[in-house]
Order: sequence, then structure tokens, then C-alpha cells
Amino acid sequence: MRDNTYDILIIGGGVIGSSVARELSRYRLRIGVLEKELDVACGNSCRNTGMLHAGFTYKPGSLKAECAVEGNREFDQVAQELDIPFKRTGKVVVGFSDEDMQNILRFKRIGELNGVRGLEMIDKAKLNQIDNSAGGEFALYSRDSGILNPMLYNIALAENAHQNGVDFFFDSEVKAIKRQGEHFQVTAGDSVFSSRWIVNCAGMHCVTISEMLGLHGHQVKGFKGEYYVLDKKASQFMNIPVYPAPNAKGGFSTHATPTVDGNILVGPDSYITEDPDDFASTRDHMQGLVKDGSAIFKHMKAEYFIRNFAGTRWKRVDPETGDVLDFLIENRDDHPGVVNLIGIESPGLTCALPIARRVVAKIQEKEVLEVNNDFNPYRKGIVRFAEQSKERKKELIATDPDYGEIVCRCETVTRAEIVQAINNPLGAVTLTGIKNRTRACMGRCQGGYCETRITALIQEQCKVREHEVMYQHKGSGMFIGKVREVLDGE
Amino acid sequence: MENKDVIIIGGGPAGLAAAVQLYKLGITNILILEREKHLGGILRQCIHDGFGLQRFCESLSGPEYAQRFIDEVRELNIPYMTEVTVTEVTAGRKVTAISRRGVMEFQAKAVALTMGCRERTRGAISIPGTRPAGVYTAGVAQSYMNLANIMPGQEVVILGSGDIGLIMARRLTLEGAHVKAVFEVQPYPSGLPRNIEQCLNDYEIPLFLSHTVVDVKGHSRLEGVTVAQVDEQYRPIPGTEQEYNCDTLILSVGLIPENELSLGAGLTLDSRTKGAVVDEDYQTSCTGIFAAGNVLQVHDLVDFVSIEAERMALSIQECFLSSQFGNAEIEIVVDASISYSVPQKTTGKKDFTLSLRPKRPGRNCTVFVKQENVTIARKKFAKVLPAEMIQLAIPAERIDPEKKLEITLI
Ligand SMILES: Cc1cc2nc3c(=O)[nH]c(=O)nc-3n(C[C@H](O)[C@H](O)[C@H](O)COP(=O)(O)OP(=O)(O)OC[C@H]3O[C@@H](n4cnc5c(N)ncnc54)[C@H](O)[C@@H]3O)c2cc1C
Ligand SMILES: Cc1cc2nc3c(=O)[nH]c(=O)nc-3n(C[C@H](O)[C@H](O)[C@H](O)COP(=O)(O)OP(=O)(O)OC[C@H]3O[C@@H](n4cnc5c(N)ncnc54)[C@H](O)[C@@H]3O)c2cc1C
Repeated sequence: MRDNTYDILIIGGGVIGSSVARELSRYRLRIGVLEKELDVACGNSCRNTGMLHAGFTYKPGSLKAECAVEGNREFDQVAQELDIPFKRTGKVVVGFSDEDMQNILRFKRIGELNGVRGLEMIDKAKLNQIDNSAGGEFALYSRDSGILNPMLYNIALAENAHQNGVDFFFDSEVKAIKRQGEHFQVTAGDSVFSSRWIVNCAGMHCVTISEMLGLHGHQVKGFKGEYYVLDKKASQFMNIPVYPAPNAKGGFSTHATPTVDGNILVGPDSYITEDPDDFASTRDHMQGLVKDGSAIFKHMKAEYFIRNFAGTRWKRVDPETGDVLDFLIENRDDHPGVVNLIGIESPGLTCALPIARRVVAKIQEKEVLEVNNDFNPYRKGIVRFAEQSKERKKELIATDPDYGEIVCRCETVTRAEIVQAINNPLGAVTLTGIKNRTRACMGRCQGGYCETRITALIQEQCKVREHEVMYQHKGSGMFIGKVREVLDGE
Repeated sequence: MENKDVIIIGGGPAGLAAAVQLYKLGITNILILEREKHLGGILRQCIHDGFGLQRFCESLSGPEYAQRFIDEVRELNIPYMTEVTVTEVTAGRKVTAISRRGVMEFQAKAVALTMGCRERTRGAISIPGTRPAGVYTAGVAQSYMNLANIMPGQEVVILGSGDIGLIMARRLTLEGAHVKAVFEVQPYPSGLPRNIEQCLNDYEIPLFLSHTVVDVKGHSRLEGVTVAQVDEQYRPIPGTEQEYNCDTLILSVGLIPENELSLGAGLTLDSRTKGAVVDEDYQTSCTGIFAAGNVLQVHDLVDFVSIEAERMALSIQECFLSSQFGNAEIEIVVDASISYSVPQKTTGKKDFTLSLRPKRPGRNCTVFVKQENVTIARKKFAKVLPAEMIQLAIPAERIDPEKKLEITLI
């Protein structure tokens, strides 16, 4: 029988839970991650802009500011360790009016107070030099801002944690937590686990978990944002993220950001949602994105639309005033054994590892952690055929002929990459899992060509039947069975 | 690097017909490159009948129609390779292809683009709602059912009245699924009348015109869609919303020529056909690169694809013989009554067939091809439909090389 006893259980396999798992695996501990979905990177960690923020909009002294600056500075090293796509593109915040100028200058000052480097006011001529599609009379140029692939970041952190000994449990929704002396008894999915520590990284459900742990009184509010994904063809018109001037509170309206893989994202807008699992796109907001998006990006045209998605920033708010509060990372003396994370909204991606280190520090305040000398910070990603030189392509096919079989034509993804996505540590078991790991199905035909091939590979490699092939969530069966049963010998 | 007279990219009906024709015309140093395991293109999954009525005067299934050409390719010993994907074509006609055996490179005197088309997706038409499993384009559903023996769902709603959607309405019904309705945003169907009759009416599947899907529901698997009537500007009319419970939404909302390679070669594309701009020789804006079949313009009948590809083959031979690759300068323009024309340019030196699609259905109308006030060709039609391509012959002797050709449908 499986031993379900852990030193530390982490609830949630988003970018935060996976970072915490990875940072804790530097120590000799039995660590488990409980995730309700069938894969990591299914929550808001795969529904955001993918910006490595510099940290100039957050209140000086706040955790958001501190962690963003720290996370930004170290990211070249992190991207290298985890072998994930990342570009330090820089970013421009453009303005037209005096009011814009005032807001921009305010945030430049805040940025400098936060320790952000490389902030510079530029005029129209310089702006046009940096990106001639960006409208604006002047701009704040932030040299250190960058873009990364958030799904792969989340996956890489989890894979690295797993390589270093962390167990991941999928389809394991935490439904009850009971304190029993020094231990917690956690009911998740069909199993019961026992652990000395619980780290709440449940994102959109952080308050529910917090309540289960007996930590009452926290409140979060969902600020949902919708996006359009544009075809790579549109990225010829934009090489750097272009944001409009922020409002006085530091909020940005709809903007356009190139992704590290070469698409353009237009969005997010912002409105309130009550439902933690609400990821729907809505007609009104899609129309709003087209209208507002066109103002900042001239090529926001239907011919480039390939997909829509939405995510929600769950901000911690003051229950009395409703004011938005900072990230919370707490370990209260009256609730030993719990590290509670509340309101890890934007810039959560940028802050993931700095937050994780603060979680480790909270635990270290209570006990001495023995260093794991076998910890390996490096993780290899799947070698992307499309990005190799002709010579390297030839070598790859010679060593593994699966590299010569192109499965996804839009993104030129080969059979070898899909097979690795399935068979890697924490391999994908859903179509979305393969998509997030390889980019197959993410191009302009959205799986029209490759989906049938990939589902066949899932059946073959995972040895499952038609009705067991899942799209993303639990219960998202893609098929109901065979058209006709074929008899043996027919 | 191997030298070839003609490299044919894609072994569907267009590529096959072009290869057979070229071979018969004495151009034998050719090669068909096909990424699938088998030749035949999209026809392999079209197991219904109705193919070949024009060409063979009998009703064949898709695979049977393709087989006639595949048999000829085999009999003539025309070289072909399957499971080879072309990844790059240059303006200088260098072709790079990838297979399990490695990377291959060819230098061709002429390249025939016959890569077919792809389907328009949910994202391209901005359907709001959640993103559960159970939303398929019609061609993908067809491929699952007919090539992989996989049943996508049980309670089905179809958006779009394209031919593949109609065919799938019947196919799903025959295999025990319940097709609740077909919704079309236009005030007229986009598929052929015979398919409306044989695939919907015969099975009492309702077709609602001027309707669209305004919401998609369900977290894991599709649970339902909201449908609404639309006004003349295709805007949903508030108050007309209706809910349909279903586990499957099939989209048949248009086909787009597959022009990744063409873009790489720097060809000029037509924003209306989404295929290459060609002259009467089917030559693109790049000398020596030709295109025919669905990669050039989306056809409703495969019979016309074969004919178009054969015409292209003949032009390639003529260009080889004369060592002259045309330099078309006379523009062919259409007015608002017509969606597009192929070719979009002509040298004015050769008779040719003009293909076009009317924008709206009409009765007793005439296509006029004019140069200023001089009519150089006309053809009368008792009935025209956007679903049916119109063709007419243009005599070169009447073309004034100084003026553009203007086409209208009255
Ligand atoms: C629209 C938008 C744009 C953003 N843009 C940026 C940006 O550009 N840069 C940046 O740095 N940050 C950005 N962010 C913020 C960043 O995406 C989030 O802060 C980060 O992804 C949060 O990670 P997480 O792990 O807390 O949440 P999630 O990724 O949502 O993970 C939470 C996980 O917990 C699981 N879970 C929940 N309840 C349970 C349970 N009971 N049992 C088991 N598992 C459970 C969920 O299934 C989920 O996988 C953006 C966020 C949004 C929404
Ligand atoms: C889903 C669908 C259903 C249809 N149903 C009907 C019908 O019922 N009746 C009817 O008359 N017509 C039907 N048609 C129309 C008709 O069959 C098509 O017009 C015809 O098949 C087009 O032929 P083609 O050779 O241009 O393209 P295709 O048949 O699509 O062939 C193109 C070939 O090129 C290959 N290819 C593409 N890119 C590459 C590359 N980079 N490298 C190597 N190979 C490549 C593809 O694998 C494919 O085999 C249908 C079309 C579609 C798309």
C-alpha cells in the first residue's frame, strides 16, 4: 500500500504550488502536491499575460513590489536552469496627455523606490525606433520587463520538483482537513493523506482551504480578464509589449503583448466575477476587446483571431472597506503547521519563486530543515524541432526517426515531441497537457490537422480507450466510444 | 540536392490529376510529395457518394474517385512519396521536405502547389462561452468517424450549413446520434441544394437560417448552446435566444486554402480567396510556382478540382516548351455582386476559363465580362447560388491588353 504520510503537503499545482514544491525539495523532506485537476498548469497560471513584470506599479514596501523586483532580477538564471522560453524584451508604457504623463511619472518614481532598474522616459522618436506600431507621444521604457511561457514555467517547476523527489497527486481535490495532534488528516480525491505541514496554494480556492484549516476572516475578490490570441502573422507588427498609461491606481486597460512563442495577446480587460471556476469568454467583453484593442494595436483584425481565453486575478480585499490588499503569506502561532497564501494575483508569475522562498523561511522559523545535497536545479525541456538548425534537424531525425514525423503543421511539432510530452516525468495525459508542453494545436488551425493524430497517440501511449481520452478537466471525455465495434478477425 | 522538372506538393485529387496529366504530356521527371500515409487527400474521409458525376458520369464515393487517379499514377509508374511533409518552398523553387528518413532537398523547374485547405475554427469566428470538450469542426469529426472509427458524441447541434456539415448531419444520424438542428447565420444555405435535400430533409433535421450560436456552456464536456436569430448585420436579436442541450457542437463555417508554404515563398495572396493570385496559366506571382485545387480556391465539387489541375499541368507544359513563363499584367476585377474570381490576372494571350462565385443567390442573371463599355464575354444562368461555382470561357482575341477586365452579375 502507498504510504500517504508526508512532512509537507502543498494544495494546488499552479505556478505557486509548483514553486513551493521545487524550493522545498532543496531540503530532505517528504513532500506531496495535491491537485484537483488532471495536470499542473490548469488554473490561472495558464490564463495570464506571461509578463515578467519589472515592479513599478506596486506599493513600495509591499510583498508584491519586493517579490516582483527579486523575481525579475533572477529570471535569466531561472529560465536557464529550467530550460524554458523567456525573452527580456523590455516594455513601453505609452501616453498621450498631461494626465498620462503625470501617472507615468508617478509610477516611474514608485519603480525607482522599489529598486526597479533601467526605467527611462523616451520621446516619440525613440518610441518609434523601439516599436513603430506603438501609438503615443511619449513613453516610459522599462528595460527589464520580459515575456515567458507561463504554462511551460509551471510545468518545468513541477517537473523539477518531481525529479527532486516530490510526489504529485492529480484528480485529488482537497475536500476536508482535520487536525489530529501534530498532524493533519487530509481527504483528497479518493484518498486520505497525513502531513505535519500544509501549504495552501489553492489560488482561486485559497479562502475555501483557509476556512478548512480554521483560518477565518480572509476575503478575496475576483477580477476577471478576457483575451484574444492573435495569429503569429500579426506579430510582424509588434516586437515589444505596449501598455497604455496606467490609471491613478496603477491599473492598465486593455493592452497588446507579444508572447514568447510569437503570437500576440490582446487583453486583459477587467471586471468582477463571483465564480472561482468561471473561465468563459463573453460576447460583450470580446467586443470590448476588439474596440479597445484596436486603439492600442492597429492590426487587431478578425483575420488574425485564433482563440479566446479568460483568467481571474483573485485579489485579497479588506472585508470592511473592500480595499485591495497585498499578497499574504502567513504562519500563525495559533495555527501551527500551516502556511497560508491568500490573494496571489498578478504579478504572481513573476513572484512565484520569491514567494516560495518566503514560504520556506516561514517553515524554517519553526524547524531546522536538512539540506538535500542531491538537489538538482536543472531540468531539460523537450527539444523543439522547429527551432533547430538544418544540421541539428538531420541529427535529431537520425537518432530518433520520430523527429521526422510532423504531427502539428502550424507549429511544426513532431511525433517525438508529443511522445516525450506523454512519457516525461509528470507526463501529459490530456490533449491540453500535450498542447501546453509542445504547442501542438496552438496554431492557426487549432488542431484541425493534428488533433486526430494526437488523440490517437494518447490512446496508443497511455493505453486508454476512446472514451477515456480527456480534453482538459476531469470528465472532459472527447469521445463516446467507437462508431462500430469491429469483431476480431474482421 | 536532387533536380526535378516538377515537384507536386500534396497528393490529393489536384496533385494526382496534375501528375497524371504532366506524365501524359511527356513531363516525367516529376515527384508527388504527400504527408499522409496514403494518396487521395481529403477524399479518403469522404465515404459518401456523389463524386464524379461530371467527370465519370457515375456516382462514386470519395475514396473510389481518388482510387481512379491513384491507379493511373501506379500504372504509369509516376514517382511519389508518402509520409513526407514539405516544410519550405523558396521563390527560387527549392523544396525542403521532412520524413522519418531525414531532410530532403529538391531543386525544381516548376512547383505545383496542391496542398488543399483547412477549416475555419471557433476562434476565427469568435464564438463566446466556455471551452469544454465536444466542439469539433466538421472535417475533424468526419476524420474521427470515417478514418478512426471514433464516435465524437450523441446529442448534436451543427453551426454552419457548409457541405461537410450537412454530410456530417446525415452521417451522425445514420450512426445513431441525434442531430437536433443546423443553424446558419446567412439568410441562405452555404451548402449545395442536393445536400440540403439528401442530408437534412430526408432525415427531418431542421435548418434555421439567419441564426447563430451566441453562447457555449459546460465546464468539462459541452452541456449546451444558446442560439439566437440575427438581423441583416448578423447581430443577434435580443429576446430570440433559445437553449439547446447537447454534448457536441459541429462547426461547418468555411474552408481556407492552406497557404503556409505559399507565404514562405513570398507569393501574393488574394484576400478574398485566401489563395494565391494567379494568371490564366495558374501561375502565381512567383515565376515557375503554380497552384490548383483547394489551395487556390475552395471548390464545392472535386470534379472541377481535377479539371483545374489538368489545365494547370497543360500550362506548365506550355511554359516548358516555350521557355516562357507568363508575365500577366491585365487585371481582372469583380464588383460587389461577386465574391471573387480566379484567375485574378491574365496575359491576354490565351483563351481561358474564368471561375467565380456570386455573393448572393439569384435567378435569371447574366455574368458580364467587360472592358470599359465593351462586353467581351457573357453567360446567362437560370439560377445562381454562392454554394455553386460559376465558370465561363474568355476568348483571348477579344481582350484589349491596355485595359482591365471588369466582371459583374446582373
Ligand atoms: C488575467 C491575468 C493576467 C495575469 N498576468 C500576469 C503577468 O503578466 N505576470 C505575472 O507575473 N502574473 C500575472 N498574473 C498573475 C498570475 O497568473 C497568478 O498570480 C498565478 O498564476 C497564480 O498562481 P497560483 O498557483 O496561485 O494559481 P493557479 O494557477 O490558479 O493554481 C491554483 C491551483 O490550485 C488547485 N486547487 C484549487 N482548489 C483545490 C483543492 N481544493 N484541492 C486541490 N487543488 C486545488 C487548482 O486546480 C489550481 O491548479 C495574471 C493573472 C491573471 C488572472
Ligand atoms: C472535409 C471536406 C469534405 C468534402 N466533401 C466533399 C463532397 O462531399 N463532395 C465533393 O464533391 N467535394 C467535397 N469536398 C471538396 C473536394 O473533395 C475537395 O475540393 C478536393 O478534395 C480538393 O482537392 P485538393 O487536391 O485540392 O486538396 P486535398 O484533397 O485536401 O489534398 C491536399 C493534399 O495535400 C497534402 N499536403 C498538404 N500540405 C502538404 C505538405 N506541406 N507536404 C506534403 N503534403 C501536403 C495533404 O495531406 C492532402 O493529401 C470536401 C472537402 C473537404 C475539405
